[in-house]
Amino acid sequence: MQVKIPVLVKEGYHVNSNKPNEEYLIPLKLTWTSLGALEGGTVMYPKAALEKYEFSEQPLSVYTGNFELMASFKVAANAPAGPGAATGKLRYQACSNRACYPPKTVDITVPYQVQ
Amino acid sequence: MYALRFLTATAALVAACLLTGCGTQPRSVKAASSVKPDKERHPAPEFALKDADGKTVRLEEYKGKVVLLDFFATWCGPCKIEIPWFMEWERKNKDKGFSVLGVSMDDEGWEVVKPFLADLKVNYRVVIGNDSTAQLYGGVDALPTTFLIDRNGKIAAVHIGLASKKAFEDGIEQLLQAPGGIIKDADASRGMFLPAFTLRTSTK
Repeated sequence: MQVKIPVLVKEGYHVNSNKPNEEYLIPLKLTWTSLGALEGGTVMYPKAALEKYEFSEQPLSVYTGNFELMASFKVAANAPAGPGAATGKLRYQACSNRACYPPKTVDITVPYQVQ
Repeated sequence: MYALRFLTATAALVAACLLTGCGTQPRSVKAASSVKPDKERHPAPEFALKDADGKTVRLEEYKGKVVLLDFFATWCGPCKIEIPWFMEWERKNKDKGFSVLGVSMDDEGWEVVKPFLADLKVNYRVVIGNDSTAQLYGGVDALPTTFLIDRNGKIAAVHIGLASKKAFEDGIEQLLQAPGGIIKDADASRGMFLPAFTLRTSTK
């Protein structure tokens, strides 16, 4: 099964994509810390936009506005019935057209119910 | 066979409010075509930082100098635009009582900063900063953030984000031409204020 994780980047900012086209840039990355009764968790990132900024000679691979990450799970064979949650951390680094901000990590929680 | 039902509402709420620089709007460059009047300047806060080589640089080395204090990071694109300017001014003005001091805000420290400095052939002193240092200077959330410090150790201008080269040049020129000059040791004992921060630096 697949889970959509919607993300919103505030207007005027961008975050580097999962595959920035400059080595020094910090990519967006979702890492699962606990899957609970689930397995897998492979994350699919959306196609990035190539945007030119005042500080970049070449267009950068970025995400802006609304986008979704997609994670694929399956139920572990021995999973008990009942509620649970997969938890992960999303690391990102944001910039505006003229300034950048330290990388940050936010917690992601995906509640589920095994029946 | 188990059936699985995902409830994504929590994930949506958590993720939807996150990816910003924490401000309500992107910060813009402070219009700083000139420096603040002397009476509006505040002393540059004291701080002490480590370097990769264990060398301690004391404030006394900056007595009477105009200092460009640049908070930067290796992952910061706008910072990479400004650094060559700073190198140019360090080269051009170092004999006029001017120094650039870089403060890296990279969490990984010298492991990433040293190769970065070598790659850009940075010709001025650099130290590794931390959150405490940043707080002393008002948070320094946006990078680059650059302070121009006058010969009396007071902050004469602040540039948040990528600034115009001319704004920097005008500010530096004004500060270099301001009365004061380089203080001799005997003058320092007469009470001219200089923030007594201690730095450890690395060159190149």
